Amino acid sequence: MTPRTENLLKVVAPIVVGVLLLGAWQLAVGVFRIAPTLIPTPAAIVAQIAEFSPIIVEDSLITATNALVGLVLGGVTGIVLAGLAARFSILDGMLLPIVAAIAVVPIVALTPIFNTMFGASSQFGRQAIAAIAAFVPVFINVLRGLRQTRPVHRDVFRAYAASGAQTFGKLTLPTALPHITTGLRIAGSLAVISALVAEYFGGPADGIGTAIASYAKSGKAALAWGYVGAGILIGLAFFLVTLLLERLATRHRPTT
Amino acid sequence: MTQPSSPAVHASGVSKTFVTRTGEVHALDTVDLEVAPGEFVSLIGPSGCGKSTLLRLVADLEQPTTGTLEVFGKPAATARLDQDYGIAFQQAGLLPWRTVEANIALPLELHGHAPAARTARIAELVALVGLEDFTGAYPDQLSGGMQQRVAIARALAAGPRLLLMDEPFGALDEMTRERMQTELARIAVETGAAVVFVTHSIPEAVFLSDRVVVMSPRPGRITTILDVPFGTGREESLREAPEFFERVTAVREALHGTPVTRAAER
Repeated sequence: MTPRTENLLKVVAPIVVGVLLLGAWQLAVGVFRIAPTLIPTPAAIVAQIAEFSPIIVEDSLITATNALVGLVLGGVTGIVLAGLAARFSILDGMLLPIVAAIAVVPIVALTPIFNTMFGASSQFGRQAIAAIAAFVPVFINVLRGLRQTRPVHRDVFRAYAASGAQTFGKLTLPTALPHITTGLRIAGSLAVISALVAEYFGGPADGIGTAIASYAKSGKAALAWGYVGAGILIGLAFFLVTLLLERLATRHRPTT
Repeated sequence: MTQPSSPAVHASGVSKTFVTRTGEVHALDTVDLEVAPGEFVSLIGPSGCGKSTLLRLVADLEQPTTGTLEVFGKPAATARLDQDYGIAFQQAGLLPWRTVEANIALPLELHGHAPAARTARIAELVALVGLEDFTGAYPDQLSGGMQQRVAIARALAAGPRLLLMDEPFGALDEMTRERMQTELARIAVETGAAVVFVTHSIPEAVFLSDRVVVMSPRPGRITTILDVPFGTGREESLREAPEFFERVTAVREALHGTPVTRAAER
């Protein structure tokens, strides 16, 4: 096989599989009617998406904004605290148990409390949930990254009489950059999931999580599935953007 | 300012003891050494003889336990802060996210040279190490020998009068290594800098040095200092000359502590 056909196959193969699956789904549900009521045909889902696209987009934007605010809040907090922990080892000892505790808190446990705390008119409870979920992987990865400077680089910076600030800005931080972006990539997906799940437990009556819950309950399965598709798109968007950031940061880095 | 008369390196009674979990390690024991301005001195000896430690003490990357160490007449720490030396290690130690140019610029950048003056200086250095076609390349796009050239250019960036080198060619293949030695001999002459050069290789030490300092381990000591009177501007042909082999044998005998013929009979 030539490299060109191999590349072509890489693109074509998943598309063929996807089309076949959708066709089988349409046949099984639409023609043979062998599925439970909550599974509509792909054609019905597409029709619903087309019909309700303005409101789906509106709800998607709300959920995506919540996830983004959470990612930024959690990310910035994670980077700053990891920076402090790397600099002052006493802080490291103090922060680590807290971070470990936050890492094991089930998000669903906090969600009803936060939604009640911040009320039915505020998105902040949901954003805070996304922020907590995003914080942990960022903190852990950044802290690890800030400790990856190689001895030979430290020798070079000392030999050239670099100040502490210069060493941090020109060595420690650039060394940590790929780890920072890895943390953000993991946190991005978590922020989307958390922002969506948080909507199942109260708060304002908008967002795609709220919509999926209410349409599923009221029997509008096709529309609910349409919203699920929107959720997948948001998750993919976060994943792709953060993955791109990570790729940019790891250019020219040896893999070892 | 440095006095022109003071030696590039002056070590007297220098000892270094590392405290480890299993006890004390005497890396260096009362070492005396003087390196004149512009002189090329190699430190050679088996692993553990303290040659790298001595170099790191000169660079103020470690501090001596006892004794005094002066670089151009001032304490090693002052010389480091004044940027009186440039340094290169066995690992090139380039920053992977910087291009060749930006890596060479690092010492200049750290000490606030104006960007315009920097550009001119970098062009000079790039030409000196023969990397004109690779200024925009990243370290992962360069061979080991080219990376080491960049490291040498970086070491020379601030125009130091002392160059410290810790087995800079140790990780290179033999052919690249010989080419780099010839280049270094030329660069040392062109810049007029004194060089302290740590190596495992006897021919390398003889080819490059004005003096070869032979060291022995446990505790690290200087056993012999041998002159290599081949003058400056050394050519490839020196490697085939009988007097070159004669000096190589002399260094080898000093390292083994016995005549080599007898060592070969055993």
